[in-house]
Amino acid sequence: MKREVPLVITFITGILLVFAFFIPHSPFGDLQQRFQIWYSIVAGFTFLLGLDSLVKHHLKKVQHKRSGWGYSVALLISFFTTLVLGFYSWVVFSSPYDLRAPFQWLYTSVILPLQATMFALLAFFIASAAYRAFQARNLAATLLLVSAGIVMLGRVPVGKQIWPGLPVISDWIMNYPQMAAKRGILMGTYLGAIAMSLRIILGMERTYLT
Amino acid sequence: MIEFLGKIDRRVIYLVIGVVVALPLITRSKMPIRVSEEVTKPFVYIDSILPPGSVILISIDYDAASEPELTPMFRAVLTHAFMRGHKVIYMGHWALGLPLAQKDLEEIAHKMGKTYGVDYVNLGYRPGFVTVMLAMGKELRDIYSSDYQGIPIDSIPMMRNIHNYDQIDLIVGFEAGSTGEFWIQYVGARFNKKMFFGTTGVVAPDLYPYYASGQIIGLIGGLKGAAEYETVINLPARGVFGMPAQSFAHVAILIFIIIGNISYILRKRKER
Repeated sequence: MKREVPLVITFITGILLVFAFFIPHSPFGDLQQRFQIWYSIVAGFTFLLGLDSLVKHHLKKVQHKRSGWGYSVALLISFFTTLVLGFYSWVVFSSPYDLRAPFQWLYTSVILPLQATMFALLAFFIASAAYRAFQARNLAATLLLVSAGIVMLGRVPVGKQIWPGLPVISDWIMNYPQMAAKRGILMGTYLGAIAMSLRIILGMERTYLT
Repeated sequence: MIEFLGKIDRRVIYLVIGVVVALPLITRSKMPIRVSEEVTKPFVYIDSILPPGSVILISIDYDAASEPELTPMFRAVLTHAFMRGHKVIYMGHWALGLPLAQKDLEEIAHKMGKTYGVDYVNLGYRPGFVTVMLAMGKELRDIYSSDYQGIPIDSIPMMRNIHNYDQIDLIVGFEAGSTGEFWIQYVGARFNKKMFFGTTGVVAPDLYPYYASGQIIGLIGGLKGAAEYETVINLPARGVFGMPAQSFAHVAILIFIIIGNISYILRKRKER
């Protein structure tokens, strides 16, 4: 029963959702939305479980003074400060995102610069990695290298100043070879997703049960 | 020589990138911008095809990591929409992105004399983006019974006659991930809505096939796309001023790649 019941639920849900997509009328029309709402509720509880696990893990780390426990202290302080300010802003200003709310201040002054900094560092790492790894080792790598160089220059204003033909070639690369490759990848991905979905619906793929 | 070319210290690379990015931003230099077809089309649609007073739904699907690329294009499109007298519904599927762009929304609306609830409305964030997209096709109030401040939707003048996508003339998404594809698949395909996207440079190639097939009317890709939109509306801002920095950074990276390859070729020859 432990295996059969989930397999039956999966089969019925999968088939119903397929019907719901192609027949957007009663009684199937609302099913997709209803299932999505159930999914959101279940996903909300998984967040709670995740938070519980995160806090417990780091509390234990601090308690036993394991390696890197200082980072755990920073995480716990940040976590509870954000939580408290979020609830406070919600109660006092009706929304954490009110421009006067302290949560908004925390977001603008701490979260935003931290996220932006993390992402900005990529520019430096990409430059260093490209210098070390982007080498014309064979014909395919050389083609990729030349195309990337043309697109990199053709997509920015300096490309046209170097040679007016660069943006034209860059557009051609983006509109034909790039697009063809992307379409091929998309078709392959979606065919794979359909095949995997069918396997799950029909009970052939059962790894999610373990 | 080969040794030197092949072993440039990474700190030198970091320094060069830092300088070529920072200097043009500090000096606020400009470069001539070539406006592409995929940016011209959304401009023309907002400028000439939509009659004044049309409703544009703007979805903020990014967060701080993509802010430098996407906020300039959001500001340009929003300014243009307000300039043409369109009404804007502001919402988003990335919880941390909404407050980010909300400041720009309030600033631009204030500068252009727009009134909250009459010219624009902020619906805020609701979890479960596919649920939100599908529910909005039936009745917007099923998901958004109130705006981001808890004001009931029916008490907002602009929203009284807006119930679903039938009353929305255009959808514009600013995308740092795959949410744009869900907009196309769930809303574009099912409700036959006109839409276009502003995306990060990394995401743009994913959406090119949809642009080529006519499923989206335009595509504003990366900071360059933002610079192009600022150019067509004749309001140069962060996008235009960011172009020299991006140009020189690309050139610097290419020079490093060329140096790396010269070193590689010389090393191979020496080995033979």
